[in-house]
Amino acid sequence: MSAWERFLDTFFNWAVITEYLPALGQGVLVTCQLAVAVVLTGLALGLGMALLRAYRFWAVNFVIVIFVDILRALPPLVLILILYFGLPNIGVTFSGFTVVWLVLSLVLAAFAEEIYWAGVLSVDQGQWLAARSTGLGFGQALIFVVLPQAMRMTIPPITNRTIAITKYTAIGMVVGVGEVLGQATTAQSFSGNASPLMAGALIYVALFLPLVVLSRWIEKRFAWRRA
Amino acid sequence: MEQLIQQFFNVDLMIEAAPLLLQGLGTTLLLCLAVVPLGLAGGLGVALAGTSRMRWLRIATMVFVDFFRAIPPLVLLIFVYSGLPFAGVQLDPFSAVCIAFLLNNSAYYGEIFRAGIESIGGGQRLAARSTGLSAWQSMRYVVLPQATRNVLPDLMSNTVEVVKLTSLASVVSLQELLYSADMARSITYNASPIVLAALMYLALLWPMIRLVARFERRLGASAGI
Amino acid sequence: MAEESILSIEKLRLSYGELEVLKGVDFDLAKSELAFLIGPSGSGKSSLLRCCNRLEEPSAGRVIVDGEEVTAPGVNLNQLRRRIGMVFQSFNLYPHLTALGNVTLALRKVLKKSRVEADDIACSVLERVGLKDKAGSYPNALSGGQQQRVAIARALALEPAIMLFDEPTSALDPELVNDVLAVMRELRETGMTMLVVSHEMGFARSAADRVAFMEDGVIVEQGSAEQIFGDPNCDRTRAFVRQIAH
Ligand SMILES: Nc1ncnc2c1ncn2[C@@H]1O[C@H](COP(=O)(O)OP(=O)(O)OP(=O)(O)O)[C@@H](O)[C@H]1O
Ligand SMILES: [Mg+2]
Repeated sequence: MSAWERFLDTFFNWAVITEYLPALGQGVLVTCQLAVAVVLTGLALGLGMALLRAYRFWAVNFVIVIFVDILRALPPLVLILILYFGLPNIGVTFSGFTVVWLVLSLVLAAFAEEIYWAGVLSVDQGQWLAARSTGLGFGQALIFVVLPQAMRMTIPPITNRTIAITKYTAIGMVVGVGEVLGQATTAQSFSGNASPLMAGALIYVALFLPLVVLSRWIEKRFAWRRA
Repeated sequence: MEQLIQQFFNVDLMIEAAPLLLQGLGTTLLLCLAVVPLGLAGGLGVALAGTSRMRWLRIATMVFVDFFRAIPPLVLLIFVYSGLPFAGVQLDPFSAVCIAFLLNNSAYYGEIFRAGIESIGGGQRLAARSTGLSAWQSMRYVVLPQATRNVLPDLMSNTVEVVKLTSLASVVSLQELLYSADMARSITYNASPIVLAALMYLALLWPMIRLVARFERRLGASAGI
Repeated sequence: MAEESILSIEKLRLSYGELEVLKGVDFDLAKSELAFLIGPSGSGKSSLLRCCNRLEEPSAGRVIVDGEEVTAPGVNLNQLRRRIGMVFQSFNLYPHLTALGNVTLALRKVLKKSRVEADDIACSVLERVGLKDKAGSYPNALSGGQQQRVAIARALALEPAIMLFDEPTSALDPELVNDVLAVMRELRETGMTMLVVSHEMGFARSAADRVAFMEDGVIVEQGSAEQIFGDPNCDRTRAFVRQIAH
């Protein structure tokens, strides 16, 4: 066997890949479910907190800031391990999927809160004055005047952060979620061949490359808008 | 409540596990000392290539960056650590982490540096060239210092992310902070050691996060007017 | 007062932290009157206008607009505010909404009008300021003068009892100023009560019933445009008028 053939046999062994294709397909499904769930809850929670923060209740804001800081400072895997292995000891058992979903949602919420809040702050004070002078209430001014403008400038950072965190769903393999990476590593150890892992990596590229290209496009478009 | 404290904040267990965790913390710091400079250097190279005048180099850089931004760092790490041995390349966990993170971090730091370089108008480069500085000299002495200052908050917050990412090394059995904590957890059947690790990460990263927030506010305030 | 008073300000005080910027202002404006408020930068003109609809919270004193006390605790501020039109130096149009959207937002959300009804009102008000054909344009596609006229339409659509103008023309290129002044002149002819902070002396001479000079948080002197610009009682007024005349 030539070196090239050996390389192909190790990393692109079609027989091995087809054998584990159903498992990998299952993994894609789980990864997508997890990613969508994280994005929906994370962004909604983050936006909710940012709006709440606009009302400037001292105690509420304090809690939000602490929450955001902690979730930004901790590696998500630390939280995942604490919840996954710690909760059963006090009689609460969550599946790996639930734990990863919960932790990544909270992390995304923390980052999103910060980005949205920075967006709200960056809207010119005159917009608030104009809105309130026509009789709009605080909440109305926030929702109809300030938020739409804030949203526009937060799209690029939110997109980037969301992609980074949905990529992190691969961590599910550590707690047996059975997403793409989990399936791929299992298949690799069963088959004694690196092809499933290569396939898994390529699946991730196929899933996320369009998003990365999209984010690049968004960044350019909005930079151009600003100029 | 009693049970909650017992299972998550058991001080006796924490004290018992502390020496092991401190050792892990040392490895984590060592790892940071390796991957942060590597990533910064790689990122700088990526940014220079990405803003080069050669079109093919710019395109190649963009493909490199997008590829490594699309692939989860853990996938990359596991591929380097347990995929490459099939090709006869056997790496110890530390080197595997360094290589995987070099690729991943170069892409991210690279994008930040590139944004910084692009934020400096062509006028600066022209002025530098007009005084006789070479292309490289004007980059090195005029553009890069300003570019770096402009994106300092982003560089810092990405560094926070890099430090957090080192926890993934536990998956390939590198005995850093989280690995040590999880080992203690599996011996004691108690989550307190991991909570202690969390506190250590907080102690390490919270000051940095606050610092970044201060920086961002200062820059934002001046940019607002 | 004998005539019907639309705006009445009594012993109004306002502080930003330690700094007291309004130090007991008294001022009255009768129905259909147009008053000019002039004074050096930092004298508190903008602050005074913003107290009239409580965008700033005064520390003491009263403001009464069209018979209702704005400064009373527990008033329905939002319903009151829409009766007090306000026009800003920097227009403050909503950049994410069209001219029409800018005008209809409060009609729909404060006055709870249907979209069709609000669009109708907005169109006729935009026509009044000469911008009917710009209804679908976004602010960044409008000139400064056009933006300011949309801002006037936004306030006008809510049928205010009084309009407050805070340097409406000072951010405009000279050749665009007249478009805005023409709209203000038309408003005056239809009997709108107006309080205008501006240093457009020509406009003041031809249109203002009264000019008030403000300095350091108090109204120092007021009278007809003729008198204030020609023969003021106070030295400080004289010095200031001489400055802006150049
Ligand atoms: N939000 C604020 N916080 C603190 N101080 C303020 C604020 N707004 C205004 N001031 C201060 O209050 C004083 C009066 O300001 P104001 O804007 O009312 O003056 P003005 O007469 O409108 O001046 P200009 O002609 O420059 O617009 C100034 O000294 C100003 O610095
Ligand atoms: Mg002012």
